[in-house]
Amino acid sequence: MAEEVQKFKVSIDGISVDVDAGTTILNAARKIGGDIVPPAMCYYSKLEGSGGKCRTCLVKVTKGSEKDPRPMPKLVASCRTTVMDGMEVQNITSPDVVEARKSVVEMLLINHPLDCPVCDQAGECKLQDLGYEHGSENTRYDFPRRTFERIDIGDKIQLHMNRCILCYRCVYVANQLTNTREHGILYRGDHAEISTYIENALDNDYIGNVIDVCPVGALTDKTFRFKNRVWFTKPVNAHRDCPSCSGRVTLWYKGSDVLRVTARKDEYDEVEEFICNTCRFDKKETADWTLEDPTKVSQESVIASNHYTQFQPPAVIPENTPLKEANWEQLARTEKLK
Amino acid sequence: MGRKLLLTHIDVPGIQSYSVYKAQGGYRSVDKALKSMSPDDVVEEVKKSGLRGRGGAGFPTGMKWSFLAKPEGVPRYLVCNADESEPGTFKDRYLMTHIPHALIEGMIVSSYALGAHTSFIYVRGEMMPQIRILEKAIAEAKAAGYLGKNILGSGYDLELYVQPGGGAYICGEETALLESLEGKRGNPRIKPPFPAIAGLYGCPTVVNNVESIAATVPIINDGGEEYAKIGIERSTGTKLISAGGNLAKPGVYEIELGLPVEEFIYSDEYCGGIANGKKLKAVVAGGSSVPILPANLITKTIKGDARLMTYESLADGGFQSGTMMGSGGFIAFDEDQCIVRNTWNFTRFYRHESCGQCSPCREGTGWMEKVLYNIEHGRGTTNDIDLLWDIQRKIEGNTICPLGDAAAWPVAAAIRHFRDEFEWHINHGQEAQNRNYGLAHYADPLEVVTES
Repeated sequence: MAEEVQKFKVSIDGISVDVDAGTTILNAARKIGGDIVPPAMCYYSKLEGSGGKCRTCLVKVTKGSEKDPRPMPKLVASCRTTVMDGMEVQNITSPDVVEARKSVVEMLLINHPLDCPVCDQAGECKLQDLGYEHGSENTRYDFPRRTFERIDIGDKIQLHMNRCILCYRCVYVANQLTNTREHGILYRGDHAEISTYIENALDNDYIGNVIDVCPVGALTDKTFRFKNRVWFTKPVNAHRDCPSCSGRVTLWYKGSDVLRVTARKDEYDEVEEFICNTCRFDKKETADWTLEDPTKVSQESVIASNHYTQFQPPAVIPENTPLKEANWEQLARTEKLK
Repeated sequence: MGRKLLLTHIDVPGIQSYSVYKAQGGYRSVDKALKSMSPDDVVEEVKKSGLRGRGGAGFPTGMKWSFLAKPEGVPRYLVCNADESEPGTFKDRYLMTHIPHALIEGMIVSSYALGAHTSFIYVRGEMMPQIRILEKAIAEAKAAGYLGKNILGSGYDLELYVQPGGGAYICGEETALLESLEGKRGNPRIKPPFPAIAGLYGCPTVVNNVESIAATVPIINDGGEEYAKIGIERSTGTKLISAGGNLAKPGVYEIELGLPVEEFIYSDEYCGGIANGKKLKAVVAGGSSVPILPANLITKTIKGDARLMTYESLADGGFQSGTMMGSGGFIAFDEDQCIVRNTWNFTRFYRHESCGQCSPCREGTGWMEKVLYNIEHGRGTTNDIDLLWDIQRKIEGNTICPLGDAAAWPVAAAIRHFRDEFEWHINHGQEAQNRNYGLAHYADPLEVVTES
C-alpha cells in the first residue's frame, strides 16, 4: 500500500492551497497561479540545488505554521523555503516584498546593460519582464559598468558576460547534464564571472541547454543570433526519433525556414526536457521533424503578438474575492482580453 | 584582577608544549569526561554554564549541541571554526598560537559530547604558523593517548585534523566553511537545512568557534554552575577581547563578562586609555561588522546606565543607540580618525570578500564602496548620503548569509552617528581631496572597474 503523502495547507496572499509536505512556497504559489507567483531568475525546477541566489522571489512569512504561528523575522527566498501546515505568506500584498523586489531589480540592472534593442533575448528575457514590473524609470547608479569581450565557448554558443546576472543556472546544467565540470564561477563579489576553464570550449552533447536556461541574454545560440526577432517567428511543437534525447522540441519558424530549435518550455519558462545538441543545432529542416501543433504562448508574452489562437483565460479564479483583490492587475488583463 | 579561565597559564614558559601544558593541569577535563561522564552529561554541563558562542552570534552553545540530529549509522562531525577573518578580531589566533592544547583538549571533550569520531579544525589558510603549531600539538596529544583509538581506555575513538581554509572571509560563515572543507568553492549554503541536520558531507555537524570550544575545558573541570557564576545575566563566563586601534595598550585580554566598558578602555589592567592622551571618538565593539558607536554611547547607554561588556548591555538600545558583542574585536578610534575613511575601508573589505552568489550583496557592496570612495575623496554629492542609506537598507536582511548584514551595519551606524562628517566631506570636497593618509597608492575602485 502506497504511503500517504502528508498535505499542508498554506495561504499565499489570502488564497489557500493544499500541497504535499516538502513543497516550496514558490511551487505552492505556482499551484495557485496568476500574479501571485513570485518571479524567479535563478530557480529552475529541473536543476537540483538551484535557487536562492537572485533574491527576486523573496516573500514575507507572516505566520510560520499552526504549531508555531510566529512570523519569520526576515523575508525568505520562496524557492528554497518549504511550507509548513498553516503557513501564511504575503507576496504581492506585502509592501516590504514589493520594495525588496524593486531593490533586487535595481541591483540586477547595475551590471546588466539595457541593450534590449540588439539583444537576442529580447522578448524572452525574464529580467526585461521583471524590469517592467518592478523597475524604475531611472537608474541611481552612475558609475561605469563592468564590460567584457564576448567569448565563443564552443562553436555554437557565445557568452556575453556583460549581460550575465550570475544566476548559476548554466553552471548547474553543465554540472548535472554533462560528465565533466567544464565551467563555473571565477572570482568573487561583483568581479565574479562565468567562465570555462581558461576559455575552453564547451563541446558536450547536451551543453546547448545552457542557452535555454539562461534567463537573460548572456548565453546565446550562435546559429540563431541576429537571424530574427523572436516575436516575428512562429513556434511549433515537433518531435523526432532521437537516440540520445527525447527529441521533443519547439521549432521556431520564419516562413518555411526553421531559424532555431529549443527545448519545450512550460508556463514558467522552464524546459520540460533537456535536448541534445544534434536536435538543437543540426536538425533545421522540416523534414527532420514530425510536426505536432502550434506552441501555446502566453497571451501576455510578446511572442504571442500576431499569433491568433483561441483565448484561454489564465488560471485565476474570477469568483475568488481575495485573489481578485490581490491580483487586480491580472484580473484587469483577463477582463480586457475576454 | 579579573578572573582568567582560558589565559590562566599564558605566561608559563613553554606552555605551547604538551608536557608543560599537562604539568599545569591540562587534559583534566578529558580524563574527567571520558572516565566519569556520559556524553549527555557533558552537554548538560555546557547547558548549565550558559556559554554562548564566541564567534559572533552569541547563540547558546549547549542548546546548539542539543539540536544535533543523531540518526543511526550516520557519522557526526565537530568542526572548529578557526577561520577568524573579521577585521579587528585576532583573539582566536592568539589562543591557538600560545595555548594550542587548550583547543585540542576542548575539541576532544566537545567531540565526545557530540558523539563525533572525526573532527576538524578549519584554520584560515594564511595562518600557516598556527596550522603548524596545531599539527604539532595534535601529534603530541596523540602520542600521549588523548587522540586516536580507545582514548584512555574508554572505548572512545577520535581523529582530529587541521584543515587550512581557502583564505576568504566568507569561509568563516559556517555553511561556506563546510563547503570549503568539502573541497568546494566557499559559498554559503541556503539554510535550512541547518548543519545540525545536514552539515559536512550531508551529515549532522556542529560548527563552533575556537574560544567556545576552549571554554568547555574549564566548564567540565569546574562544573557548569561554577562557570555560570562568572559574568552577569545571560552573559556568563569570560570572554577574550582583541583590543586594537588607538588604545594605549592594544592586545588580547580575557575579561569577566560584565566588566564596564569604561573600565576596559581606561584601566591599566586592560587597555590603559587612548594612546598619546587623545580623546576617544568612537568604538567598534565586536569586530568590523558591528555598528560603530560614538564615545558617549559606548560608555553609557541611552538611558544613562554604565555600558557593560555583556551581550545584553552592548545591544541595549538596539541599533539606534547600541551595538553588539560580536566576535570581540574591540577597535577604538581617537579624535583624529576619520569615520568616513574608516567606513569606506570596511566597505572595501566587504566588497572584496562578498562571495557574489546573491544579487543584493554582490552588487550592493560594490555600489556602496564606490559611493563611499567618492565621498571620502571629496567627490561626493548631497544625494550620496541618502543613497548610501538606501543601499545598505536594501542589502540588510535580503541576502543568503549574514555577510550582507555585516556590510550594511557599519555604513548605517556611521551615517546614523556621524552624519556630520559625511556632510563635511561633501561640503568641503577640495579639503577632503587634499588630505593624505599615505593611502594615495591605493587603486581608485572606479579605475579598477574600467580596466577589468
